Amino acid sequence: MKNIITAFLLTCSAPILSAADGAKVGRPVPNLSQLLPGASVPNTAGKVALVDFWASWCGPCIQSFPVLNKLQSKYGSKGLVIIGVGVDEDAAKYKAFADKMKVSFTIVHDASHKAADFFGPPSMPTSYLVDRKGMIRYLHTGFKGAKTEAEYVTEIESLLAEGK
Amino acid sequence: MNSPFFLLTLTAAFICLSSCSDQLVRVKPYERGNLAKPVMSDNMTPLIKAMTEHAYFSREAAFGGGGVGGGGCGCN
Repeated sequence: MKNIITAFLLTCSAPILSAADGAKVGRPVPNLSQLLPGASVPNTAGKVALVDFWASWCGPCIQSFPVLNKLQSKYGSKGLVIIGVGVDEDAAKYKAFADKMKVSFTIVHDASHKAADFFGPPSMPTSYLVDRKGMIRYLHTGFKGAKTEAEYVTEIESLLAEGK
Repeated sequence: MNSPFFLLTLTAAFICLSSCSDQLVRVKPYERGNLAKPVMSDNMTPLIKAMTEHAYFSREAAFGGGGVGGGGCGCN
């Protein structure tokens, strides 16, 4: 009887044990290269990184892409790396969306949700701003147009200034 | 089976099972691709629904009828 109960409890507690800790402010950013082995993830060492989780079916993501393109062109030369992680299960939709939005930053496909499971984004889109030391400093859930854009600019400029 | 052991098992099972339901039932934000499809909407014809609600709201003079703002004057 004891063995049955022990087995039962272990089975039930598996989700607790396997649950990802998630990426949170103040913690080191998880290694995307390890989570997405096939993808070409740019090196973010010593740079400010913006990791953005998006999907083709997400309305606010469509609004966010022109802003991310703008940020990349403005701050890319100063040390900002933007990585868009697409979570579409359908590769064709992922590609069609990327082509339509004329993406000027790096995008990677997380079809199996390995990275998403590890990061645990609480909404779509969710973006993580990472400082030059690889620590997550700001978390943005959703995209609220000009308000979020202004926050991005302020935060990115302060993070870029930190390394100087 | 003595009582404290049974109680402890029951408590542990409750804690673990509540965790199971949390993990299994809820669709994560990045898994909502299928739910976001138009066919999954409870309202397949938004225009007809809006017109029907407007007519109902105006005729019934219901305050806030159908979720439409206003006082039932039929003027909006």
